[in-house]
Amino acid sequence: MYDIEIADLRKLIELVKEKYDYDFKNYAMSSFKRRIKRIVELYKFDSVDALVERLTHNPTFFDEFVSEVTVNVTEMFRDPNFWTILRDEIIPNILSNHNKLSIWHAGCSSGEEVFSMQILLEEMGVRDKSHTIATDIDSAIINRAKEATVSKKNIELNSSNYERYQGKYTLDKYFTEDKEKYNFNKQLLSNVSFRKHDLVKGQVFSKFDLILCRNVMIYFNQTLQNDVLYLLHESLFKYGFLCIGSKESLIWCDIANKFIVINNEEKIYKKVKE
Amino acid sequence: MFSYRNINVKYKAVVIGGSAGSFQPVTKILSSIPKDFPLPIFLCLHRLKHVRNGFVEALSIKSTKEVQEPFDKESIKRGSVYLAPANYHMSIELGNSISLSTEGMVNNSRPSIDITLDSAAYAYRDKLVGILLSGANKDGALGMKKIKDRGGLTIVQSPEESTINTMPTSALEATEIDMTLTTEEIVKYLIELDKLLKIKHENI
Ligand SMILES: C[S@@+](CC[C@H](N)C(=O)[O-])C[C@H]1O[C@@H](n2cnc3c(N)ncnc32)[C@H](O)[C@@H]1O
Repeated sequence: MYDIEIADLRKLIELVKEKYDYDFKNYAMSSFKRRIKRIVELYKFDSVDALVERLTHNPTFFDEFVSEVTVNVTEMFRDPNFWTILRDEIIPNILSNHNKLSIWHAGCSSGEEVFSMQILLEEMGVRDKSHTIATDIDSAIINRAKEATVSKKNIELNSSNYERYQGKYTLDKYFTEDKEKYNFNKQLLSNVSFRKHDLVKGQVFSKFDLILCRNVMIYFNQTLQNDVLYLLHESLFKYGFLCIGSKESLIWCDIANKFIVINNEEKIYKKVKE
Repeated sequence: MFSYRNINVKYKAVVIGGSAGSFQPVTKILSSIPKDFPLPIFLCLHRLKHVRNGFVEALSIKSTKEVQEPFDKESIKRGSVYLAPANYHMSIELGNSISLSTEGMVNNSRPSIDITLDSAAYAYRDKLVGILLSGANKDGALGMKKIKDRGGLTIVQSPEESTINTMPTSALEATEIDMTLTTEEIVKYLIELDKLLKIKHENI
C-alpha cells in the first residue's frame, strides 16, 4: 500500500474548501489521513489525485465524501458513569434554577447519544420540560439519526452500558425488533429536532443550558478546538454546562478560564464567565 | 540477535505494542529502565474496552516511571510514558502531540497497535524504535513494516519466549525485523541506548 503524503492532502483540502466551502484544514492530520486512505481504498481510486478529480467533476459525490471522511462510531450511554452524573447532579441542578431545559448535541452522529438522553429524561419524568437540538456535519448520518434505528450488532454493548448506568428498566423497553435492526420508539423524539450544522463555520444559532460535544473535537487540531470552544461558549447560557469526551481537555484553549471543572473524570464543565 | 550496532543517538522515541501475554514483559521493561530514560515511550496494549481504570495504575506500580494515559492533543514530553486509553486509538501527530480517536476497530482492536505504530513511524521516520511483544493476533505486524520502511529500528520479542507468539511471528513474516530478542535483551538494549543518549547529552 502506498503512503499518502501531506502534499496530496493539501490539494484535496483546498479543492473542497474552494468548491464546497467545507474546511478540513484544521482537522487532526493523523486521523484525517487515515480516513482519506480508507476512501481511496473503498472506492478503488488509484491515488488521492483521482479522488480530487472525482470531487472536481462530480458534486453529487461530495455528500458521500463527507460521510466517509467523518468518524461516526458511537454508542448509547457511552461512559455510563457520565450519564449517571448527568441524571443525579447536572440535570437536577439546571432544573432547580429554571423549570426548563435546552440541550444541544453537537456532532450527534447516528443519534445514539440523543436516544440515551431522551431515555434519561423520560425516566426522570422531565422530558416534557426539555427541548433538544441535535446537529452534525454529515447529512447522511443525520438522516439515519432521524430514522432512529440501531443496528443489531451494537445492541449488546448499548444494553450493557445502560445496565452500568443503572437505568430503571432494560433497554428493550424502548425498542422494537426489526430485521437487521432495532427501531427506537420515536415518540421519545417528540422534543428533538435534527439539523445539519458545521462547527467549523462557527455559526451560533441558539442558547442552551447543556451542550454535549463528545468525541468530536478529537478530530480537530488545537487551533480548531480553540475556535470551536468560542462557539460553544457563546451558545451556552451563563452557568450552563459543557460536556466533552472523557479523554478530551480544554485546558490549553484561550477561554478555558471562562469555565470551571464540575467533574474532571467525566469532563463536565460549567460556564462561569461571559 | 542483539547487536550493539543498533544503539544509536539518533533515536527520539520508543513505541511498544503487545497483547495477550505482554503484561509480564512490559512490566519487566518498565521496571528495569532507568528512571530518567530520556525518550518518550508510547505503549499500545490490547485491553478491556470497558475497564477505564486500573490498568495504568497496575503498570505504574511496577514501573520506574509514572505511566500516564494522555489526553487528546497532549504535547509529548521527554521521558514520559504514555499508554493508549481504553476504547481509543492513539496516534502521534506531526508537531509533537498525541491524538486520540474513536475510529472503528482495526484488527478487532481499539486501541490498535498498527495505528499507533504507523503514525509514530510517520512522525519520527528513522528516529523511532518499535518493539512488538507477545500477542494472539496480527495487529502490529503492518505497523512494524511501516517503521522498517521508514528506516526505524524494529525489535520483536522472541517467539520462543512469547507466551503467545502470533504477534511477533506475524511481524517477522511482514517485514525484515532488525532484532528478535528475549525480554532481558530488550531491557539490555534500552539500558545501553540510555547510556549512549546520556553521553551525547553531556557532550553538548
Ligand atoms: C465519533 S462521532 C461522536 C458521536 C457522539 N457524540 C459520541 O460521543 O458517541 C463524531 C461526529 O462528529 C461529526 N463531525 C465531524 N466534524 C464536524 C463538524 N465540523 N461539525 C459538526 N459535526 C462534525 C461527525 O460527522 C461525527 O458524526
